[in-house]
Amino acid sequence: MNNKTKEPLFHIVKRDNLPWYHAWGIRFLAIVLSLVLCALVTTLTTGENPISVFGTIISGAVGTKRRVWILLQNLAILLGISLAVTPAFKMRFWNIGAEGQVLAGSLASAACMILLGNKLPNGALIAVIVLCGVLAGAVWAVIPAIFKAKWNTNETLFTLMMNYVATQLVAYYIIIWEVPKGSGTVGIINASTEAGWFPMLGGNRYLLNVLIIAAMTIFVYFYLNYSKHGYEIAVVGESERTARYVGIKVERVIIRTLLLSGALCGLVGILLVAGTSHTITTTLAGGQGFTAVMVSWLAKFNPIAMIFTSLLLVFMGRGASEVSTVFGLNQAFSDILTGIIIFFIIGCEFFLRYRVSFRKREKSEIAEKGGEQHV
Amino acid sequence: MFDFTAFIPRAIMQGIPLLYGSTGETLTEKSGNLNLGIAGIMYVGAISGVIGSFLYEQSTTAAEMNAFLAIGIPVLSCLVGSLLMGLIYCFLTVTLRANQNVTGLALTTFGVGFGNFFGGSLIKLSGSDVPSIALSATHKYFAAKLPFAAKLGWFGKIFLNYGFLAYLAVIVAFIAAHVLNKTRTGLHLRAVGENPQTADAAGINVQKYKYLATCIGSMIAGLGGLYYVMDYAAGVWSNDAFGDRGWLAIALVIFTLWKPNWGILSSFLFGGLYILYIFIPTGTNLATKELYKMLPYVVTIIVLVITSMRNKRENQPPASLGLAYFREER
Repeated sequence: MNNKTKEPLFHIVKRDNLPWYHAWGIRFLAIVLSLVLCALVTTLTTGENPISVFGTIISGAVGTKRRVWILLQNLAILLGISLAVTPAFKMRFWNIGAEGQVLAGSLASAACMILLGNKLPNGALIAVIVLCGVLAGAVWAVIPAIFKAKWNTNETLFTLMMNYVATQLVAYYIIIWEVPKGSGTVGIINASTEAGWFPMLGGNRYLLNVLIIAAMTIFVYFYLNYSKHGYEIAVVGESERTARYVGIKVERVIIRTLLLSGALCGLVGILLVAGTSHTITTTLAGGQGFTAVMVSWLAKFNPIAMIFTSLLLVFMGRGASEVSTVFGLNQAFSDILTGIIIFFIIGCEFFLRYRVSFRKREKSEIAEKGGEQHV
Repeated sequence: MFDFTAFIPRAIMQGIPLLYGSTGETLTEKSGNLNLGIAGIMYVGAISGVIGSFLYEQSTTAAEMNAFLAIGIPVLSCLVGSLLMGLIYCFLTVTLRANQNVTGLALTTFGVGFGNFFGGSLIKLSGSDVPSIALSATHKYFAAKLPFAAKLGWFGKIFLNYGFLAYLAVIVAFIAAHVLNKTRTGLHLRAVGENPQTADAAGINVQKYKYLATCIGSMIAGLGGLYYVMDYAAGVWSNDAFGDRGWLAIALVIFTLWKPNWGILSSFLFGGLYILYIFIPTGTNLATKELYKMLPYVVTIIVLVITSMRNKRENQPPASLGLAYFREER
């Protein structure tokens, strides 16, 4: 008789809710492990010892006052886009078109600055820029939303394709507006009159952006957690059928949420053009629309946690770009480090939800002995 | 007059990377995995091949190169590189049940960064003194054409004028279509993608099928990157040159309604749309050219909308696409 079944080496059990400090402990461990791997990779490619590599990363990110401000500016932009896409994600609407929505906002504000630059007083011009930019972002997001609501069109690909349409549209207008002709760039818009430029608070170009995004963080936090709209978004995300059953108009929620999501993306686009760079390029968003998806998801759609996830990525990104400058390597190095960190954080979520229990050796030995005695 | 004998070969050459990508992604999606990392995987496939053949070219002279090694080394390193990417994806989404969209996006960030980093730093890292990565010797082997193709006029130009990887792409697509629809393995794979619970109950090893389909799919997609850099781009690596073709390949999967054999003509069509702006006479108006570059994306959107409006049962994605499977979860 050979009916002995082999017990697998380990099996997986679903966990009950973890206490918060335990959950954050696991996440922290994952981040530490990812940083160790990042250091290892850096050491292998540069031949420098890991401690001094981290020194370079830290000095690249926060070494001087100027670098701190650039870090804050990058943090504000990434956090802003992450906040913007969050309402949609919470509804399980996979909007990976933030890139295009930001570009649409940028394009609209650049258009206002160029076309109305000398025709309106500055206050009115800024109001028009904000209005047009926000509207353009909202329109770019609501087109896929309408098709999703009416015909359940795949929103992931639709929003993705809208990115490229926006990029080409920007490329088209850059050639039309280029200064000087044939250069392929728009140059600094209204460099002499500074018409449509956002004011500098306390002589600092980045402070206003940081403050606006801080306000946006608080707004999104309250909108998602304490408003009727936020509640409806959560219900639709958890179960569309439940939402319909309790009388939520799912189509309306989808369209309304994407209008908001796109409008916030448009706002970030305005901050990029009218707030800091005062020009427009096709790579203005620089892939942050995709990074924002990961920031938002890693933070479990919690705006406060998003501050930390985006800070981690921006910090490592700035640091890695310093490493690549110092060692004469390619700037894409930071993408590799970002990828590694995200892999670890994604992977650690598993250990928050499940427990791995290994086969207990003593127990199985006893069981075997018992079997032999029986024979 | 529109020059078809010039246009069609270029459209097909543009379409081959898309065909590899969409065949690989179709296999992957049939197992229920939505791998948005294809764009990154194709970059990694390309750069792995480049690294392999760069090191080989550096170690010998062009005259001493062995045709078998010159093709074998890049193909093998490309397959290994894209296999590793597929394994990362599978480990995170199948074993650790992570969210597929986020994992895919992370894989793309990582893969594109990996490609650009080694593309930009390979020369410095390997300590050689060439000005740029131009693998013209390897390119010769990859782009080798049938000797009599040039003598056959327009027929030779349109049908016989490609390197061996182009024909391999078509063959792989046919094999994938056959395996998916005509074999027991394909039946099991489709069962896993449609309803893993039922497949599991029927005794099919769900994890094994998901791993195999995704890893083989990644390797096929990686070959698309290799074809692009070795054949189409004449062995010259330039950063970000591969562009958004990986994303278009994912769009093609929906365009072809998850049928690899339909993918052949559709990817050539997309290849044509991709370069149509070169062939449309716009004179000196550069701005309009930028608008024509929108075509492939706009067409994808229109197709997405139309297929969703018609909403036929046989045109739907695999039912469990994008969902992780855990046996003990109900």
